Parts: sequence; C-alpha cells; structure tokens
Amino acid sequence: MKRLWPEFTKGIIAENPIFFMVLGLCPALAVSTSVANAIGMGLAATFVLVCSNTIIALVRRWIPDKIRIPCFIVIIATFVTVVEMILKAYAPALDRSLGIFVPLIVVNCIILGRAEAFASKNPVPASIADGLGMGLGFLAALVTIAFFRETLGSGNLMGLSLSHQFEPARVMALAPGALLVVGLLIGGLRWVRSLRSS
Amino acid sequence: MGQVVAIILSNILISNFILFRFLGLCPFLGVSKQTKSAFSMGLAVIFVMVSSGAITWLAYRFLLIPFQIEYMRTVVFILVIATSVQFIEMVILKTSPALYRALGIYLPLITTNCAVLGVTVLNVQDFFKAGAPVAGSFPLALLQASSAGIGFMFVLLLMSGIRERLELAEVPESLEGLPIAFITASLMGLAFMGFLGLKV
Repeated sequence: MKRLWPEFTKGIIAENPIFFMVLGLCPALAVSTSVANAIGMGLAATFVLVCSNTIIALVRRWIPDKIRIPCFIVIIATFVTVVEMILKAYAPALDRSLGIFVPLIVVNCIILGRAEAFASKNPVPASIADGLGMGLGFLAALVTIAFFRETLGSGNLMGLSLSHQFEPARVMALAPGALLVVGLLIGGLRWVRSLRSS
Repeated sequence: MGQVVAIILSNILISNFILFRFLGLCPFLGVSKQTKSAFSMGLAVIFVMVSSGAITWLAYRFLLIPFQIEYMRTVVFILVIATSVQFIEMVILKTSPALYRALGIYLPLITTNCAVLGVTVLNVQDFFKAGAPVAGSFPLALLQASSAGIGFMFVLLLMSGIRERLELAEVPESLEGLPIAFITASLMGLAFMGFLGLKV
C-alpha cells in the first residue's frame, strides 16, 4: 500500500497531465464550458485509463514490441466503445453535450502515454494506482478550467445563476477564452512553483 | 454547388479545426516552433486525412452498416488510421526518400492526432442519415477531409510564423514557451471569430 500511494498522488499535482505534462488538451478545452461536462468527461477518461492500464499491465509480457502501439490503441478503443454505449444508454444528455469528444477519448494522448510509459513496464496494482491518479488529475484540471470558464463565460456555476452581480463575457465560453484560461493557469502555476523553489 | 463552398469555407475559416473545434491541439503546439516543420506536418496531415477519410467512408458503408455493427466505429476507424499512416510511411519511403526525411518523425505522431479521427467521425455524423449515405456523400466526405486538412495546415503555418518571432520577444519568465503560445492561439481564435459573420 505504501508503495502504491506515490504512484497514485503523482498524477494529481506534481505530474498533472494537463498543467505540467500538457497532454490531452483537445478534450480538456472543448468540454470545459461547464463544470458538469468537465466532471462527465473526467470520469469517462478515468474509467478508460484505469481499465486500459489494468489490461495492458496484465498482457504486457505477450505483446510483441514492434506492434505494441496498435495493440494498445485497440485495447483503449474497446473501453471507449464501452463508455460510449454506457453514456448513450444512461446519460443521453451528457452524451449529446460531450458529442464527438466521447469517441475521441481514444486519441487522448494521456491514455496512450500512460500505457506506453507506465502500464507496459509495471505490474497490475501499480498500474491501477497510476491510472486512477492520472485520471483524477485530469478531472481536477478539467474542473478548474471549467470553473473559470463557466463563471466568467455564462455567469453560472453547476446550473446556479451568479450573473445578477455582473454581465458574463461570452468569449470565455468560446474557444479563445478556453485557450486564454489554460495559458494563464499554466503560467500561474509555473510562477507559484518558481516562488516556492527560490 | 452552394454546399461545396459551404464545406470548404466552414472547415478552413469559420469553424476551423484547431481554433474553433479544438481538434489537433497537441501537434499544433508541439510542431509550431519552426515554419519548415510546420509545413511538413501540415502536408502529412492532409495526406492522412484524405486517405483515411476515403477508407473509413467505404468501411462504414460496406462493412459496418451491412453487418449492423455501427457501434464498432471507433475501433475500426482508429485501426484504419493507424494502418494508413503506416502504409503512407512505407509508400513515401519507397517513392521519395527526401520527402520521407522531411516528414519522417511526424508521420507516426499523426495516428494520435485527434483532428484525423475527428474528421472521420464528423463525416459519418454529417453524411450518413438513418443508416444510409446521403446523395453524393463520398465526394463530399473527401472534400470535408481535404478542407479540414488545409485549414489545419493554414493555422499551423500562421502560428509557426508568430512563434518564430516570439522566440526573440521578451516574455515574463513564467509565461515563456507554452503559456504564451496558448495566449497567442487565443488571440488568433478571437481574430478568426470574425469569420463567424460570413454567410454562405
């Protein structure tokens, strides 16, 4: 247990996939218009990441090195299809608002990245801890971005209206706002880090 | 004819894949440091988009629909893309070693470029209604794939030009590199929003 804990926590802050490794940007920016969407996408990606890490860690000895990437992608695509069907059946509204980005979880670089860098070299329990940590780190980053975009862009938070205090700037809910928020958040986190280390 | 113009304009300018739909951001930020490599990457992406757009349309029409396994779309499409990337890599290596050296390292990266899988999924959403292709959908799908690729390359080239200049600019230390690239992309996105007024 003690050995698994660091594998779990590293993904959440120190090696956060969005803010420090800058992977998996497309879904992070596209679905972070509202906190609810961000949570849905974060949970879906976490599920796929944990399942694919588990299976890849299980079969890693039998996958030939040369064709490992196609093998990983097929495993990931299978779980993405599972998520797609679950969402369509039980959360059709969420499925519609995530739209094309549900099938695109396949090409989320975080998932293939963890398969290649971690699950293909480590045993099952560590891979599950790694997948769970990275997934939750992705979720946390998405919720942070969505928090700023939803409050500033549409004046809402989780469906509650805050906009009687101010006029929301709709550009924050659109593409330029997303890029601006991510740029400033990454810059801000680097600044905090440099203050700490000096 | 109107539809043709609409597809071209909307994919290149109005709802550009990178700046509007958020597809292909990783290569957009990763390969936009130099204009030369941006150009090669753009060409490679157009290549792969058009060929995998054609193959996935055929696979969906003649394989997935007849066997009623449309839910296998994601698995089949990503396999088609991975294989066509490998195939194109081999063809280029045989026919033009110079082009291979220019594109070489970028080709395998394209498999995980979400713009490519994105355009194939969009083609299915746009050009298949109730399990059957709409009239003339194959050429339209190819047109959508190629104009999406051109739009991708266009924005990638613009960004690389800006970033080459940014290297020389004085940027606050914590914003150097990626954060300032994001902010630049955000300003480009604002400029591109001007095209939203374009009525076709």
